[in-house]
Amino acid sequence: MLRIEKVSKRFGAFTALDGITMEVPAGQVFGLLGPNGAGKTTLIRIITRITGPDEGRVLLDGHEMGPDDVARMGYLPEERGLYKKMKVGEQALYLAQLKGMRKAEAQKRLKAWFERWEMSTWWNKKVEELSKGMAQKVQFITTVLHEPRLLILDEPFSGFDPINAELIRSEILRLRDAGVTVMLSTHSMPSVEELCDHIGLIDKAKLMLHGNVREIRRRYADNTYRIEFKGNKVALANALAFTGELLDVQENGEYNHARVRLAKDAKLNDVLRQLLPSIELHGVQEEVPRMHDIFIKVVSEHEPEEVAAGMTE
Amino acid sequence: MNKIRLIIWREFITRVRKPSFLIMTILGPLLITGAILAMAWIGMQESVDHKVLVIDTEGLIGRKLEDSEPLRLTFYKDGALWTDSAFKESPYTIQVRLIEGSITDNPRADLIYKTKPSEFAKQYISTELEKSLEISKLQREGIDREAYARVRKPLDLTMYDVKDLGKESFADEKAMIGFFFGYFMFIFIFMYGVQVMRGVMEEKQNRIVEVLISSVRPFQLMMGKIVGVAMVGFTQFMLWIGITLVMVVVGMSVLAASKFDPAMLAENGMTAQMQQQLAQQGAAAQASPVDADKLSEIIAQVNIPLVLAVFAFFFVGGYLLYSSLLAAIGSAVDSETDTQQFMFPVTIPMIVAIFIAQLAVLNSESPAVLWGSMIPFTAPIVMMVRVVMGTVPMWQLLLSMALLVLTFIGSVWLAGRIYRTGILMYGKKVSWKELGRWMMYKG
Repeated sequence: MLRIEKVSKRFGAFTALDGITMEVPAGQVFGLLGPNGAGKTTLIRIITRITGPDEGRVLLDGHEMGPDDVARMGYLPEERGLYKKMKVGEQALYLAQLKGMRKAEAQKRLKAWFERWEMSTWWNKKVEELSKGMAQKVQFITTVLHEPRLLILDEPFSGFDPINAELIRSEILRLRDAGVTVMLSTHSMPSVEELCDHIGLIDKAKLMLHGNVREIRRRYADNTYRIEFKGNKVALANALAFTGELLDVQENGEYNHARVRLAKDAKLNDVLRQLLPSIELHGVQEEVPRMHDIFIKVVSEHEPEEVAAGMTE
Repeated sequence: MNKIRLIIWREFITRVRKPSFLIMTILGPLLITGAILAMAWIGMQESVDHKVLVIDTEGLIGRKLEDSEPLRLTFYKDGALWTDSAFKESPYTIQVRLIEGSITDNPRADLIYKTKPSEFAKQYISTELEKSLEISKLQREGIDREAYARVRKPLDLTMYDVKDLGKESFADEKAMIGFFFGYFMFIFIFMYGVQVMRGVMEEKQNRIVEVLISSVRPFQLMMGKIVGVAMVGFTQFMLWIGITLVMVVVGMSVLAASKFDPAMLAENGMTAQMQQQLAQQGAAAQASPVDADKLSEIIAQVNIPLVLAVFAFFFVGGYLLYSSLLAAIGSAVDSETDTQQFMFPVTIPMIVAIFIAQLAVLNSESPAVLWGSMIPFTAPIVMMVRVVMGTVPMWQLLLSMALLVLTFIGSVWLAGRIYRTGILMYGKKVSWKELGRWMMYKG
């Protein structure tokens, strides 16, 4: 659907993007990750044609993107706002018309959205009378109103309370199921796991990691398992002596919970076979690394000293 | 194109619908006419009765001093000096002592007041005494009064332009009208230019600008705002003219009904004051009270269609030039307080233009005026004066217009480049160097 080819962008001596190539598959949610200042917003602004790349190109459905493609795109910037003195309905209509919608059509769809999200009474209110969360809802509606095929959301959850964040989250999934391609940038790793099918991780202008979320997590899995059992902890440690190591054990009521990391070439079956005589097994689950950990690992290997600062927000 | 029209419409309608627009539209003319009428009316009103005691020990005043009813001023005469304490306790409010022995060469008098007389009252007393003293002076010198009156007739210097010998030339008066146009241009360009700057800053502060420029080009957004605000300006201008005309007509007829006599105003107060002002500016030494015939003659000499066309052209050109620069400033800063350092250099040429326009009133052929009317940053204001005076060769006017067009195209282009980077830049103290760098960024 969307293909970014060797895109570079420099501001004077500062390189914001350095030869980024990646693909955003159609009908999926793509997470654009990276610490602050990595170049995410610059990349998004290039895709939305707000700025142009110095090198490289952006392809949409196989052709190079042109001005007309902007109408098929919905963009919710990180720095977003509304005219404070304008009325909500009027402003939403204005923004829809700027996207190229006809007034009557925009009005019809807006009414439907306002009803669905139970905000019809806001229509004639001025934006300055709305709370921040309410204004964010209006912004989201104006972003998706023209039914874009490509939706680009820069930090969509920032500024939302948990209830509204959940509303947006389910709306994103609904749109994806309806065939919309969604690209979102976020710092919230749990929502990446929950929402994203694919990710691209940018750090210091370079693409560090790119691909399917499940595959990436798999790739970073290091043969760690969580074992629930009854019986002797020492027996467990002994059984693991040659095939792995015991990371920690917790006694938790009826069962013991242990985390074990197997040696690289060890098979779980073999280890279990050794274990079974000495313990009563209750459950085994592989521990797949969370995106949070992968993020920190990738970024800290790339720029060890700065990772702490990058993760604070 | 359709999108630009939408932007223009929004900029226009949101401003026109604001209560402040309505208030300014009604209050503007009210303030203007109010100020004119109030100055005329209040200036005439004397709050106290002036009882003027004239001490004339030498018996120099040869005729009865005439009292003034509108100034509430009455003359009394005495031949003996008064002590200060006696004057203090007397009902007189003003004492004028003619200085003994001064009459022959350099007549002098002291005016001692309890409450300070107005400028009008002072002028009236002085004129009245002067006229009376004249009679006794003539007697002393043995000059026949009628002969003197003949001698004293002032020289009536009438100016003619060699190109138009049939008509008297009112160059000075026209220069004043031209200056008024130029000044008006200055106010207008600045007022609406600053509105554009505020609008740009508002969009940046609201954080709506990035939402907008994902739908329209930054240049469209900037131009839409500039044109929209200009339309607000034109609307307000038209309404002002309409309302002011109505109010002046109504106001004048109300004043006329309450025995207000403009002729008397001209004779007593205004001429003296105007003469003073004009003398200070060195403009028109012979400024006699402008009568209606002369006024219509002056107006007839001004090429009104040309003046209006040139005003419209230079307003649009000057406004585009300055508002685009101000838009660039608005885009570069985060808050109003940061605008100062950039506003200053933009304002300077305008102030210089006003000075040159003033100079044009005194000496329309000065090189400064010629250059001022050519350089696009000062031309809208200075050229206005020259056009009203009718002293501009057509080629100069056209050259100045062409230069202005070229410059505003350049400034709009330049501003567009700064604007598109500036509106996305937050939390950065911007320097001139930085602005220069933004212009170099690729689109």
